[in-house]
Amino acid sequence: MSLSVKHLLGIRDLTRQDIELIFQTADQFKEVLQRPIKKVPTLRDTTIVNVFYENSTRTRISFELAEKRLGADVINFSASGSSVSKGETLIDTVHNILSMKVDMVVMRHSASGAPHFLSRHIDVPIVNAGDGINEHPTQALLDAFSIREKLGSVEGKKIAICGDIMHSRVALSNIYALKKLGAEVTVVGPPTLIPKHLADALGVNVTYSIREALEWADVANVLRIQLERQNMPLFSSLREYSLAYGVTRQLLNSLKKEVIIMHPGPINRGVELDSNVADGNESIILQQVENGVAIRMAALYLLSGRKIN
Amino acid sequence: MKTILTAKQLSITVDRLCHQLIENHLNFENTVLLGLQPRGVWLGNHIYTKLKTLLPGTNIQYGKIDITFYRDDFNKKGKSILVPNETAINFTIENKRVVLIDDVLYTGRSTRAALDAMMDFGRPSSVELLALIDRRFSRELPIQADYVGRTVDAIITENVRVLWTERDGRDEVVLE
Repeated sequence: MSLSVKHLLGIRDLTRQDIELIFQTADQFKEVLQRPIKKVPTLRDTTIVNVFYENSTRTRISFELAEKRLGADVINFSASGSSVSKGETLIDTVHNILSMKVDMVVMRHSASGAPHFLSRHIDVPIVNAGDGINEHPTQALLDAFSIREKLGSVEGKKIAICGDIMHSRVALSNIYALKKLGAEVTVVGPPTLIPKHLADALGVNVTYSIREALEWADVANVLRIQLERQNMPLFSSLREYSLAYGVTRQLLNSLKKEVIIMHPGPINRGVELDSNVADGNESIILQQVENGVAIRMAALYLLSGRKIN
Repeated sequence: MKTILTAKQLSITVDRLCHQLIENHLNFENTVLLGLQPRGVWLGNHIYTKLKTLLPGTNIQYGKIDITFYRDDFNKKGKSILVPNETAINFTIENKRVVLIDDVLYTGRSTRAALDAMMDFGRPSSVELLALIDRRFSRELPIQADYVGRTVDAIITENVRVLWTERDGRDEVVLE
């Protein structure tokens, strides 16, 4: 068994079997991470470069840990402080890195489609660590993996994705992953932050009421407002957004049932999520982060065996 | 296809291996058994069950170890990627006498990988190897078994398969 793709560019390209294979492999890596020695020598002959053209805390540390725990050699590259500021192009930068015998590329870029473009020009596997407003596949995989771990399966479960759907690559990747695994998905947020025709295009439900979404859902994946990607006012103030769409203790207590709370981080406490919800019993936010390492080990392991041409 | 061990012979062989283990380890006080995933675990289950009936009331520690991440043929030409199996070791192996259990000892490379995998869980005081079938003359590494069910001379194009009722519908060891 192996993946149907040579690169992990987005969940859109994966089959359900691919996702399940990644989960099955991640289960075993999760066990490795509980051992006294949390490291295996599987990729000891592999060098991986993490190319980050955009800021990151969790994803970058998580990828680096995953690579190190697979025994790979790791190089980190940040656009800031590099020759990118001298005008070097993406392809030139990556070709130069690859000429030093690097076997895999993990890339984050603010331009949607940047890793897809790169994949047509280089012959090593690429893992997309987030491209603009398009996809963030490993985040969606770890989110679905965490739901599976918490609820036993993803199939038939009701997931609400809340907040800035328009600018969130996590939202799009999550929708693809959850639909492929047979979950029901509702997106909720202000009308200005939900793309038109989303319901028809991706087969999700759309609502503008956070209460309605939470009444319906087993799990709420609450997203951050991506102010850095919004170049025009889409709501009047963060305070107003928080009043209308913030997930508060009061709101959760008024529901008839418990809803599992997820967040891909970084959290803007008091905006989309109150502190006592983020740190509450129903929150699996830190389990998501923990699972991220096992998921990324699985993705790197399964892709590293793929020969490209 | 040629039968190496019939169901009856297989049962007698497993019984003998259990008695040999008891001879060396008595009450298994400081001994742990580790079945190699995926195929050695089937034999390990049989040995574990049989030992429990031979030594009622004794606490025997038995785990499963997967060697996928430790193989030396990962990412080599012509090899497809392997899906890992479960590792379940719910006890410490530090200073224990470990018995590794596999169904067929062939090149010795699986055993080498198992030794590496095992060492990540601690430093055993000694390690022994039990193999149901020993394909002698086929070794690529200096590894030998301490307990052998049956020694077989087979050429490289032949394949030794161990069949178990719970998985394959019958107990038998065949050469094909």
